[in-house]
Amino acid sequence: MKIKNLEIENNWLFLLIMIIIYATLSITNTTILNSSLSFFTITLYQIIPTLIIIFSLIFVFNLILDTKNIVKWLGHLNKKRGWAISIFAGILSHGPIYMWYPLLSDLKEKGMKSGLIAAFLYNRAIKIPLLPIMIYYFGLKFTILLTFFMILFSIINGLLIEKIVGDKK
Amino acid sequence: MNNIQLATKKTFNNIKQTFPTLIAILLLVSLVNSLLTKEIISNIFSGTILDPIIGAIIGSIFAGNPLTSYIIGGEFINYGINMITVTAFILTWVTVGLVQFPAENLMLGKKFAFWRNILSFLSAITIAILINFTMGII
Repeated sequence: MKIKNLEIENNWLFLLIMIIIYATLSITNTTILNSSLSFFTITLYQIIPTLIIIFSLIFVFNLILDTKNIVKWLGHLNKKRGWAISIFAGILSHGPIYMWYPLLSDLKEKGMKSGLIAAFLYNRAIKIPLLPIMIYYFGLKFTILLTFFMILFSIINGLLIEKIVGDKK
Repeated sequence: MNNIQLATKKTFNNIKQTFPTLIAILLLVSLVNSLLTKEIISNIFSGTILDPIIGAIIGSIFAGNPLTSYIIGGEFINYGINMITVTAFILTWVTVGLVQFPAENLMLGKKFAFWRNILSFLSAITIAILINFTMGII
């Protein structure tokens, strides 16, 4: 409980530091302040739909999945199917990386292996809707090779993370 | 308390816990993106063997939509910056998060966040070299 409270306090402390930085900018450099606030507003507006999807997913997981079953299920996922699901989920996910931390943190608490979380995060670099744009800028050969190596390295990184972090059983 | 009420309570607690970090990280990302312009970045490259590492570091600092990294990467190519550097840049843009590190640290653990970012950084440079090598032979 104390750890949980400390975590919540740290969350608010981080926000407080950022507010102080922005308050300082309002006195020292209004150009940077306006540019940052403009970027902040646009990005916030863009991520709201994705946030709704993520918290809806968390709600569904909380509703239908029992913790004991999840641990059992995710334990089995540490095989080929687990890697495949993590890779595809990573590719299909969208929005900034930090928006997925709450869901992954929730799944981690329920027993998801750290290697699978790492694989999911790594595959977020492959975005199917953006592939035509990547082909336009860098060519088809480059895009195919990049996608192949990204998937390959997501598994290598996931396995290494599992070795280094060492999940609690 | 029924299942729906319990799930709603858990989800609400999750939102309450996540909200300050999300806003803080978004403020930090916005500030970094405003401070470093495209011109500043392109002046940093010197045409040496260190360029891919510099590209990977810049990509690690920035955060945002991958599309933005493709556009900047395309501009880098126009400035004559080599493909290994551009690849390392667009890879670390999405896979490494120095700016998001505090949030990842808080939510997924310090050891996980540290090693995941280190491995992603090294992988980005390795993949960039491998792609360049493979493209040369096929």
